[in-house]
Amino acid sequence: MTDTSRQIPGAGMLKGLWVTLSTMFKTIFLPQKHLRTVNYPKVKETPVPRARGVIALDQEACTVCMLCARQCPDWCIYIEGHKEEQPPDKPGGRIKVRAELDRFDIDYALCMYCGICVEVCPFDALFWSPEYEYSEQHMGDMLHDKERLQDWLKTVPDAPALEK
Amino acid sequence: MDVIVDLFSNFWVALLGKILLVALMIPLVGMVIGFAEMKLSAKMQNRVGPYFAGGRWGWAQLIADGVKFFQKEDLIPADADRPVFKTAPIWVLVGTVALFVVIPFGPDLIFRDLSVGIFYALAISSISTIGVLMAGWSSANKYSLMGGLRAAGQLIAYELPLVLAVVGSVILAGTMSMTGIVEAQIEAGYPYIVVQFVGFGIFMVAALAELTRIPFDMPIAESELVMGYLTEYSGFRFLFFFLAEFANMFTLSAIAVTLFLGGYWLPGLSETQLAYLGPIILIAKVFVLVFAMIWFRWTFPRFREDQLQTLAWKWLIPLALANILVTATLKVVL
Repeated sequence: MTDTSRQIPGAGMLKGLWVTLSTMFKTIFLPQKHLRTVNYPKVKETPVPRARGVIALDQEACTVCMLCARQCPDWCIYIEGHKEEQPPDKPGGRIKVRAELDRFDIDYALCMYCGICVEVCPFDALFWSPEYEYSEQHMGDMLHDKERLQDWLKTVPDAPALEK
Repeated sequence: MDVIVDLFSNFWVALLGKILLVALMIPLVGMVIGFAEMKLSAKMQNRVGPYFAGGRWGWAQLIADGVKFFQKEDLIPADADRPVFKTAPIWVLVGTVALFVVIPFGPDLIFRDLSVGIFYALAISSISTIGVLMAGWSSANKYSLMGGLRAAGQLIAYELPLVLAVVGSVILAGTMSMTGIVEAQIEAGYPYIVVQFVGFGIFMVAALAELTRIPFDMPIAESELVMGYLTEYSGFRFLFFFLAEFANMFTLSAIAVTLFLGGYWLPGLSETQLAYLGPIILIAKVFVLVFAMIWFRWTFPRFREDQLQTLAWKWLIPLALANILVTATLKVVL
């Protein structure tokens, strides 16, 4: 089949006009089938499981190694910690030192959602969550602390099964 | 009732009433067309469009937008030519307001039936061009200046086919009065588009270019010139330009309807019926043309600057001149 729009002058324009007009009528009369958007606050779309909505933190897994903060291109992760001495496992043993997390803030006003921190974390403490409703009235409020990040851990979907 | 009639027979009261009517009509028409554009463009792109403001269909969206514009700061660039910068939007709107004077909404419903009505309309619509140039020059911004220059080149180029396209109808009607042209069409029994389809086509293309709407929006080409001559405007001065564009869509369509589509006339209606239904018929016809303008905007890509000038000077003007020649010859021969 040959492209008729190349043979008749102006046929391409009519074709374009037909596309917009037919789309308009389809969207008006058959919205269920042709509407590509939803009325957001009333209707919500389910994000795909691997959507990069927000970064969640598992505080227990974090060892304050600072790899994520150093790899972050925007320097939007703020980490502070201290070392705590643990009693030895058996009497007379060596005193163990454990790093305790004091502060783990991510400034989502700066974050560009590259996911390098999630990739680089050697202890699986950071996860992508599909949660996206965390806008704020002021830019300063976009700095979220470790408790908030811990809350988002609940929304992280289970990891897919390993391939055989 | 008599009191009201007496009151409006006073020239100054009647003048004040007419001014108020036009002043109310421009924002109303602008809002209706702006809202139609928002909704229709959304449907053409499989979207919902505004739906939240006002509770249903988002009918209050444009009112909310207007209130938003009034709240905004009226920024004037430091290097701007302040008086020129400040008055430019007024000139653009004045050109639109003055056009309402000669649009016949019914057999007797016209603000002033000038004997040179169409001549007046075409002359007064060029005032907007001066406003656009003033805005472009006074902003002290390279994008504004380039936009203003492009607008000047385009508006002058397309003024010619616009004027020449009108001549065909004027020759047929034998008068320049707007009501005269409609009455001539009633007498002839057919709208002039039947014989003046070439003129109608040229008029609509030139009108789109005069409105600097897509596909002729080279002066405000967003991807190249930010917003052209509108770049530095904000707040209610920007709102003025915005309103003028939509109200101008209405007025230019109304002129096209009057000249080519029979104005307030519909076949089979008596004189008294026309007196009451005239405005409704005219506005209905206008909205068909306005729909076409919106439809073109959301279909066609932008013309390149040289293509735009080529279309005007190499195609539309010769075509319009040929149209005049043929119309005049046939008028004499037949």
